Amino acid sequence: MNIEAVKALYFSEMRRTRNTLMQSIASPVISTALYFVVFGSAIGSRIQSVDGVPYGLFIVPGLMMLSLLTQSISNASFGIFFPKFTGTIYEIMSAPISHFEIILGYVGAAATKSLIIGSIILITAAFFVELRIAHPFWMIAFFLLTCISFSLFGFIIGLWADNFEKLQLIPLLVITPLVFLGGSFYSVSMLPEFWQKVSLMNPVLYLISGFRWSFFEVSDVSVTTSLTMVVLFLVVCLAIVWWMFKTGYKIKP
Amino acid sequence: MEHKVKSNINTNANTIIEIKGLGKTYSGGQVALNDINLDIKEGEILALLGPNGAGKTTLISAVCGLINPTSGSVKVAGFDIRKDYRRTRELIGLVPQELTLGAFELVVNTVNLSRGLFGKKPDEQYIDSILEKLTLSDKKNAMVQQLSGGMKRRVLIAKALSHQPRILFLDEPTAGVDVELRKDMWALVEELRRDGVTIILTTHYIEEAEEIADRVGVINNGQLLLLEDKNTLMQKMGNKQLLIELKDPVSAIPESLANYRLGLSADGTKLSYEYDIKSERTGITGLLGDLNKAGLPFKDLVTSQSSLEDIFVELVGAQP
Repeated sequence: MNIEAVKALYFSEMRRTRNTLMQSIASPVISTALYFVVFGSAIGSRIQSVDGVPYGLFIVPGLMMLSLLTQSISNASFGIFFPKFTGTIYEIMSAPISHFEIILGYVGAAATKSLIIGSIILITAAFFVELRIAHPFWMIAFFLLTCISFSLFGFIIGLWADNFEKLQLIPLLVITPLVFLGGSFYSVSMLPEFWQKVSLMNPVLYLISGFRWSFFEVSDVSVTTSLTMVVLFLVVCLAIVWWMFKTGYKIKP
Repeated sequence: MEHKVKSNINTNANTIIEIKGLGKTYSGGQVALNDINLDIKEGEILALLGPNGAGKTTLISAVCGLINPTSGSVKVAGFDIRKDYRRTRELIGLVPQELTLGAFELVVNTVNLSRGLFGKKPDEQYIDSILEKLTLSDKKNAMVQQLSGGMKRRVLIAKALSHQPRILFLDEPTAGVDVELRKDMWALVEELRRDGVTIILTTHYIEEAEEIADRVGVINNGQLLLLEDKNTLMQKMGNKQLLIELKDPVSAIPESLANYRLGLSADGTKLSYEYDIKSERTGITGLLGDLNKAGLPFKDLVTSQSSLEDIFVELVGAQP
């Protein structure tokens, strides 16, 4: 194992994050605060509670997921897209480094950044609502799994995209709607039965549901189903990225 | 610069890169390399010449692992570049043709990143010594994007040398580079050669290959047309030319000299005589005697040897 290479890639990516510190940290703090003002206070004051949880508190896991998913994808996809775009990827491809080590460096850094952002959101939320976490272990497990699997998904998008438009396409057109419709701000049980069934086809629903369960012990689907879905997503992403490297897809003619 | 000889070189012979039947056909059907066979000796400087699109960069890319060859095999220090990629790649440094550098990075960080990628622990002292050699010391903490093209080229060389490679590929290193950097670079190449580093370079500046290389390979249309020791090559293929400066201009070559392959300059003051240095008789003595007989006294005699460029143009031009 080329540990030095993994470290070099990881810290190089983390340095990039540090260079855009304001954007990386201020932006999730501000947007979380805004969500709490709009949904938590303004609208939330008219909604007593959802599944027995005060509305302001109810949206915390969904809000975290919203940021985690979008941030993981955008960080990891940009991280690998940029060297492709500038051509500096030649160095990584010619280095004595395995595909797994490349992924470890890039995805590790993107996931770390997401973990930091998620933690900041949680801390910000603590200023607005009285937080309670019923199952801290499972909360951390879902938190970690989400950061890793969606960073991996972002990495795939970064490898696949050959222009900036494609890089934005999936996060904007697919992920954002899925997160909003996955019950970030409401319980799926509030929907008519037909739309409840449709919602079950949304993979993000399982993620948010499981994460919310770890906070309040309320969920739309069973926690085992949630966990299985997250792990399944991770495995699928791993398989895709393995295939991409194996075939040299868009990186090695 | 200290280049410690690695102990994991798995060969007794002095061939460090062994290319056998290497072929590359891109998915569009374009044949970039066609059955290349090439042994590169340890410690030599090999210049690869060829017009644009000849396959020079593809050949380098295949050895470095940037493209998947369609056929053939490459061994570096006795190891297969695919099966033992870790061992082969850590021996190689590559300076690409394009100025490919991340924009928002400090010079020292990008050089350290390269060293790490090749599995070496950070070594500030060594990195500083490289930066100094490439007159980059004062740019150590500058942003890459703020550097001029020549400076960026220096950074790329520093990156390639950051992990003390035993083999260095320089792909068109002097394209668009000022005189000063060219001089610095060739001094560095000389130094690396003294340390036993094998250097493979591609260039358009044939005089550079002529000056610095031990061997010369000519590539065109994905084929290695020729591979020869530079001096042998120039001896083997070189024609010499004798330039005779006449005292008085003539309007035409006298008929008595028709047996010699002579040319006359436009102003009628110089005769040129092509002769083959391989043949036993150059015909010079006879020519000079016949010139006297024809009543053409001369002021001066100059001989010149055809350059690598002439040889190159002849070779590439002869290809269909």
